Amino acid sequence: MIAEYWTFIVIAVAGFLATDIWRWLGVFTGNRLDEDSEALYWVRAVATALVMAVTAKLIVFPNGTLAGSPLWLRLGAAGIGFAVFLATGRKVWIGVAVPMALLVTGLWWVGF
Amino acid sequence: MSPVSDDRSALSWFFTGMRGLLSLPALILLTSIVGFSAFALESGLTRAEAVFMSFAIWALPAQVILVGTMASGANIAACFLAVTLSSIRMTPMVASVIPEMRTRRTPIWLLLILSHFIAITSWVFAITTLRNVPREHRAIYFAGFGVTLTLTGTLVVAVFYDIVSAFPPAVAGVLFFLTPVYFNASIWASARQPVVKIAFVMGVILGPTLALITPKFDVLCAGLGGGTVAYLIDRARRKRKRMGQGAKR
Repeated sequence: MIAEYWTFIVIAVAGFLATDIWRWLGVFTGNRLDEDSEALYWVRAVATALVMAVTAKLIVFPNGTLAGSPLWLRLGAAGIGFAVFLATGRKVWIGVAVPMALLVTGLWWVGF
Repeated sequence: MSPVSDDRSALSWFFTGMRGLLSLPALILLTSIVGFSAFALESGLTRAEAVFMSFAIWALPAQVILVGTMASGANIAACFLAVTLSSIRMTPMVASVIPEMRTRRTPIWLLLILSHFIAITSWVFAITTLRNVPREHRAIYFAGFGVTLTLTGTLVVAVFYDIVSAFPPAVAGVLFFLTPVYFNASIWASARQPVVKIAFVMGVILGPTLALITPKFDVLCAGLGGGTVAYLIDRARRKRKRMGQGAKR
């Protein structure tokens, strides 16, 4: 009986609870911050650095199939794509389309 | 936003938030979730378990870590530790959005429920679009987007659970790349304050670097360390600017 539902219990405790306690803490912290407070500047900086650390890691150390592709190709596609995005007036669709096109072309070129 | 928009009902703002489902970020996330369903299947989760996990956690990195530790046969305490370390980042993410989302009368229980729907995509959605919504409707507007996105994402897991394995592997690899390049562009484009741009650069440099040095705490160290340094640089910059203005050159 327990064995049947054990995976669900693990997901509820080690997944849901392990994640949402931090969300709840964020609500209590954020609820005390003023929109223009000095503390919110710091919290924003920490949140942005965290998200970008996760993002950069996805490019440098990807999971799955992409892990077998050359690092220079992923860095080049993301880097050149971002430079084009900056140079052309920061339109998000350009920032997505250019790196994707470079990656696909590169993967095809190296015979991936 | 024009003053006229204040007359719109709360329900209409809920639907406006819902429409965000058709936006680029939501579509990119839903594509990455297709990748997660394949990963869950390969790791031995049943369809029901994968669906429950998607809804209950609603944070892809935490889900990937939990599937990984469960598959390696770790006990529940070890799984909890691994997941909770990756989820500490939720605190500053949620805390940075809440002051923009609430009014003085927004009940805390509502914010606690809404916080479950804050993950990277909805965080980016919140920081880019909340400012265009009248304050009293921001919570309901976010609920429209966040709840719909989570339910749709969960549905995607249910539907695609055993379909993706039929795709050629290169497709999954290319799709995987969408998420990080989208975050690069959208977070930079949405940065109103210089402190966000400095923190952006810090995170990009420190994330992969610290992954080589302290693999377990890399994201946490990059966030706290990089964010704090970015904040200090920005504070010095603001101070200099104030002093410059004070001197009336």
